[in-house]
Amino acid sequence: MAADLSFNRLPCNERAEIEITVEGQTVIALEGETVAAAVMYAGLRPTRTTPVSGSGRAPYCMMGVCFECLMNIDGKPNTQACMTEVHKGMVISVQQGAREVGGDSI
Amino acid sequence: MTESVRLNRGSSDVAVIGGGLVGLCIALGIQRQGQQVTVYDEGDIALRASRGNFGLVWVQGKGDNLPAYARITRLSAKLWGGLAEDLTQHTGIDIQLQQRGGLFVCLSESELNSRQQMLEKMAAEHPQGYPFDVLDLQQLRELIPEIGPEVAGATWGPEDGHVNPLYLMRALVSRFELLGGKLVSAGQVRNIISQQSQFVLQSEQGDFSCNKVVLAAGLGNKYLGPMVGIDAPVFPNRGQVLIAERVRPFLNYPTGHVRQTEEGTVQCGDSKEDVGFDTGTTTDVLAQIAHRATTMFPLLKDVNLIRSWGALRIMTPDGNPIYQQSEQYPGAYLVTCHSGVTLAAAHSGPIADWIATGSTDHAIDLEKFHGSRFKF
Ligand SMILES: Cc1cc2nc3c(=O)[nH]c(=O)nc-3n(C[C@H](O)[C@H](O)[C@H](O)COP(=O)(O)OP(=O)(O)OC[C@H]3O[C@@H](n4cnc5c(N)ncnc54)[C@H](O)[C@@H]3O)c2cc1C
Ligand code: FES
Repeated sequence: MAADLSFNRLPCNERAEIEITVEGQTVIALEGETVAAAVMYAGLRPTRTTPVSGSGRAPYCMMGVCFECLMNIDGKPNTQACMTEVHKGMVISVQQGAREVGGDSI
Repeated sequence: MTESVRLNRGSSDVAVIGGGLVGLCIALGIQRQGQQVTVYDEGDIALRASRGNFGLVWVQGKGDNLPAYARITRLSAKLWGGLAEDLTQHTGIDIQLQQRGGLFVCLSESELNSRQQMLEKMAAEHPQGYPFDVLDLQQLRELIPEIGPEVAGATWGPEDGHVNPLYLMRALVSRFELLGGKLVSAGQVRNIISQQSQFVLQSEQGDFSCNKVVLAAGLGNKYLGPMVGIDAPVFPNRGQVLIAERVRPFLNYPTGHVRQTEEGTVQCGDSKEDVGFDTGTTTDVLAQIAHRATTMFPLLKDVNLIRSWGALRIMTPDGNPIYQQSEQYPGAYLVTCHSGVTLAAAHSGPIADWIATGSTDHAIDLEKFHGSRFKF
């Protein structure tokens, strides 16, 4: 996951660096930023595939309305990455198609 | 009005007032007969049941107080496959019709018993047969393994199904326009005047003339009807709907309260409230809907909700449709019902034929749907 030059962090806020795991790899994120920002900065795209056609998607609106940024975050599928803050040790993976339900909850 | 009134900017054989599911189906059916049809719709501020409904093509229990309504419902369900095929073939839009049967899930034994009694009574009124089954929890689990342990059972209707109502709207508009029909958003039609053998519709954007007029304006029919001598005492009844995120398919059959769309979205609903013209949502009703849904399918406890809305049903005092030609102004018709998705195929078929040609299918007892039944 090489950093893509099209996304840069603005040097306006000094924030602590934390380690998170994205698709099994350790990535440095800044405290207080969203998962969507962190994974895009890390160069991960697409971040999900759609339930209907299986095509790839990535965060789009960054404000919680488009639902393009769904990811599996700390074991919770279909979570909006743009509405979720990173925390130390967070584990994130790509959401593949529609989430499964059932199993333990039944 | 200070705006210049454009007389006869549009004139047509048949004018349909109301561009919801009911108006569009009738307009499509008449246009298919080769008559030139224009649909006049109010625009985006309107109350539109057709954009807020649950999408069931539902037979079981419909018409328990009027056998003629049960018959037209079953006829429509039978014709639905043909409508769907026609729409998809000509517009390329898959409206996601499934008619593999449907379940009405009951949470208590007494609910299950009274439903069984209602369906048995209906079967007695339909000598040609009225198919249904009563399933206990064990039998229900064979159809839907995810059903919750607190459920008493369900009634099964082999003729039930569902469709995507928004794709249906799009496909109806597209098919109607492909056949040369015109859809005009001219604001509210405020007045209807009968002149010689014509009708003039006075709208916010001018006047339009036609030889026949069909009032299919949903809740608007209440004040339009009397202009052509038809009483249509319709009133709003609110339903709230909860939408959950897309998940992998677990529900192979629609139920009266929960259904899963082909994309995986879960829809929960079936509330009924008398709150006037208020399309809002309330936490207590949404909580009841969610509680019933998670009791039926405990796996939904984990699923995120993403949206909710309220929409107004169009109800008559007995819940049954009104199909009527005006005695005072022949050529003026009124059509309204509370199950416009289910009846879509009947409306675009035999009901449209009746309006276009004047002759009726024997399968439909039109006189049973006359609005005069509400007069005491
Ligand atoms: C929550 C809910 C769930 C439902 N679930 C189901 C279901 O599962 N299955 C089913 O079969 N049915 C269901 N229904 C019912 C179904 O949606 C309606 O029967 C159907 O949409 C009615 O269509 P309509 O065209 O009569 O009304 P509407 O969709 O309300 O359309 C009426 C149109 O007339 C126009 N209009 C009104 N007045 C004027 C005027 N003066 N001039 C010009 N235009 C005017 C409006 O702009 C509007 O577009 C449900 C309804 C609700 C609210
Ligand atoms: S990017 Fe649009 S909801 Fe997250």
